[in-house]
Amino acid sequence: MAHSAAESAGHPSVHASPAVAYEAAKLGIWAFLATEVLLFGGLFTTYIVFRLKFPEMFHRDYLHLDRVLGAANTVVLIASSLTVALAIASIRKGEQRLLKLFLSLTIFLAGVFLVIKYFEWTEKFAHGLFPGTDIFFSLYFMMTGLHGLHVAGGIAVLGAMLFLAGRGRFSESYNTPVEISGLYWHFVDLVWIYLFPLFYLIG
Amino acid sequence: MMKGRGGGYAVYLAVFAALLVLTGATVAVSYVDLGFWNVATALLIASVKASLVALFFMHLKHEGVLVWTFALVPVLFLLLIVAGTLSDTLFR
Amino acid sequence: MALPENGRSRGYLAARGFRSWALTLDHKRIGALYLYTTLFFFLLGGIFGLLIRIKLMYPGQAIFSNQTYNVLFTLHGSMMIFLFIIPGIPSGLGNFFIPLLIGARDVAFPRLNLASYWIFVAGILVILGSLIRPMDTGWTFYTPYSAKTGANIALLSFGIFLVGMSSILTGLNFIVTVHKLRAPGMTWHRMPLFIWGMYATSIIQVLATPVVGITFLLLAMERVFGIGFFDPAKGGDPLLFQHFFWFYSHPVVYVMILPAMGVISEVIPVFSRKPIFGYKAIAYSSLAIAFIGFLVWGHHMFVSGMSKTASIIFSFLTFFVAVPTSVKVFNWIATMYKGSITFESPMLYALTFISLFIIGGLTGMFLGALATDVHVHDTYFIVAHFHYTMMGGTVMGLLAGLHYWWPKMTGRMLSEKTARWGWLLTFIGFNLTFLVQFYLGFKGMPRRWAEYPPQYQTLNIVSTVGSWILAGGILVMFSNFIRGLFRGDPAPANPWKGLTLEWQTSSPPPEENFGTVPVVTDWPYGYVKRKPAGDG
Repeated sequence: MAHSAAESAGHPSVHASPAVAYEAAKLGIWAFLATEVLLFGGLFTTYIVFRLKFPEMFHRDYLHLDRVLGAANTVVLIASSLTVALAIASIRKGEQRLLKLFLSLTIFLAGVFLVIKYFEWTEKFAHGLFPGTDIFFSLYFMMTGLHGLHVAGGIAVLGAMLFLAGRGRFSESYNTPVEISGLYWHFVDLVWIYLFPLFYLIG
Repeated sequence: MMKGRGGGYAVYLAVFAALLVLTGATVAVSYVDLGFWNVATALLIASVKASLVALFFMHLKHEGVLVWTFALVPVLFLLLIVAGTLSDTLFR
Repeated sequence: MALPENGRSRGYLAARGFRSWALTLDHKRIGALYLYTTLFFFLLGGIFGLLIRIKLMYPGQAIFSNQTYNVLFTLHGSMMIFLFIIPGIPSGLGNFFIPLLIGARDVAFPRLNLASYWIFVAGILVILGSLIRPMDTGWTFYTPYSAKTGANIALLSFGIFLVGMSSILTGLNFIVTVHKLRAPGMTWHRMPLFIWGMYATSIIQVLATPVVGITFLLLAMERVFGIGFFDPAKGGDPLLFQHFFWFYSHPVVYVMILPAMGVISEVIPVFSRKPIFGYKAIAYSSLAIAFIGFLVWGHHMFVSGMSKTASIIFSFLTFFVAVPTSVKVFNWIATMYKGSITFESPMLYALTFISLFIIGGLTGMFLGALATDVHVHDTYFIVAHFHYTMMGGTVMGLLAGLHYWWPKMTGRMLSEKTARWGWLLTFIGFNLTFLVQFYLGFKGMPRRWAEYPPQYQTLNIVSTVGSWILAGGILVMFSNFIRGLFRGDPAPANPWKGLTLEWQTSSPPPEENFGTVPVVTDWPYGYVKRKPAGDG
């Protein structure tokens, strides 16, 4: 049984029971997400300060962004949030194959998101719009860039889950890592839910 | 210990459908010029979407006080840094 | 290291070799690694401090060039703050004693704990690597200078980002540990006050550090891509950097002081043989300090050109921090009142903490008040103030903790006589060095300037001589540590007759901390009713 990572490393579990270990892991990821809120929070604050300072610049520049691609990426991320939720629901019912299917779908959608992002960015570069062009584009590249890094990190984490799922490490009674990774992935979706209107919809 | 939390596939699909509808709505509204109300509706819709994700996909609906605290306290501190910074930049 | 003597167990120190330390999941060993690392930077930063004082013995250009002086005070400040004071007590003593004081086997995520130590080390290496072109910005990295200086700020920022990440992960680990791993029967109101202090500290680490993380990331991006958020030429706002920097760096002052206050709350009742006075007031004042600490960052920016509205709000809010702080001081003194006080070295450092921190705290009131701050801002008054809070406060708290828990950590006793000499020299040297700086600052001597008018020289000589006495005290103290590590008398399980859980296990503790899981039935400060456990 691999109830906790520490146990498998020859360090007896520090938790009184698997239930406590699960609770601890959940609190841990929520505390981690709290740090993420404030990491992005610095950028959101910057956005608010400069949006109030330069409304004309924001209005002029947001027209350069492609609303349709942004909306498409929103749908892609929301769908990936759904698939990861379904992955957890599956393994809770002990469905190994569905778990692997939904994890693969999630990773695929995350990849699609990054590919679309890549085309958006290269299109901006082609038009001579870079970080440093002006405050709006600096914000755009910083915020979507940091978010993109989180997507890439998510792909790594979900990939690790898929690998472990392939080795049959998860079951009806033990699926904490999948759930924890899922919570992280939903958070990445949450950030995008705000980034999308802030950059693509309101100018 | 894992029973009774989260929801069935059906709930997730319903939430997904709601998120799609809201995304469509927010994009549609953005093509109409409502001045200040564009910002307000866009942020309102985003917040509804975020709440749906947090409550259902992230199972916050089924969590106790402790996890709710962990989820809300950072938002409070985010408001704090925004308010404190604006108390300077807006009045300078 | 403690050697087996008369069949005494070496406890958690039994395993030997590099791997047994580098890959350990034991919170005690990780805590010890943090202590070694941070104390190393305490000594290194101290050497830079001594060099600064030597330069300041003479007005005008003397001994080092002015640029060397800029580098010296920057290195002194940055190393002391980022590599010693911030991680010192939380990651060092915190790692070692949180599980022991709550009766747990380890922290909640032992592997994450090890990872955060190595992230810390990686951060240090990146920072040291960036010093090929020495930094000269001061520890605050204010823009626009930091965006333009020739120093390698982008790499340095990344190093500090890593150190911050380590701090976040440690705080997260401790929060979950306190929530989920308390021994059966240990309710929140039976927790030792050190745990309350560390819990409040961890909240700050988790909520404030990410903001400085993103700030340093933006500073690096400013240098790499010229993103312009802090650059007025591009419409950016240099004050935004200061807002973000102080949103972290003010609360982090309480990351430095809250754990020290926690240590003092443990030491005072033990050496007064009295139950702590006002337990709940001390416990909740820790949380209050953590929270109010987030509301006052703007008081660092009164003369930076911040709006008057913001200055007035922040000045007003600043005074509220004094309330929970005073509550603590009052309760410590009330605990000692009519106690059977003994003056062993931990108690001497604890009393030093209280007296010096009162001076540091009260002079803080001068600075929180908008009008007086404008007069003394960026003078030696500030330098004296924060050395009284950080060195007089945090470092004395750390030293109290080191002397108090030394027998538990190493299984050996320190020489009490040497410890008292070390304390005496440190106490005299510290006050000689920094007390005169209040006066110098009040007379208008600016901080960070390499030169000063000749009329200030006498007091500067006093201050520099004081720094030598201080260094002598610290040398005596560290020689005692090194001797104690190898040749100290074997320590009993409970040398000070304490009631907290760590004294119920052997010195040094076994790897699993407790033979059987302790069951808690009472708070740990019932010195009248209960007899202490252990041999002693």
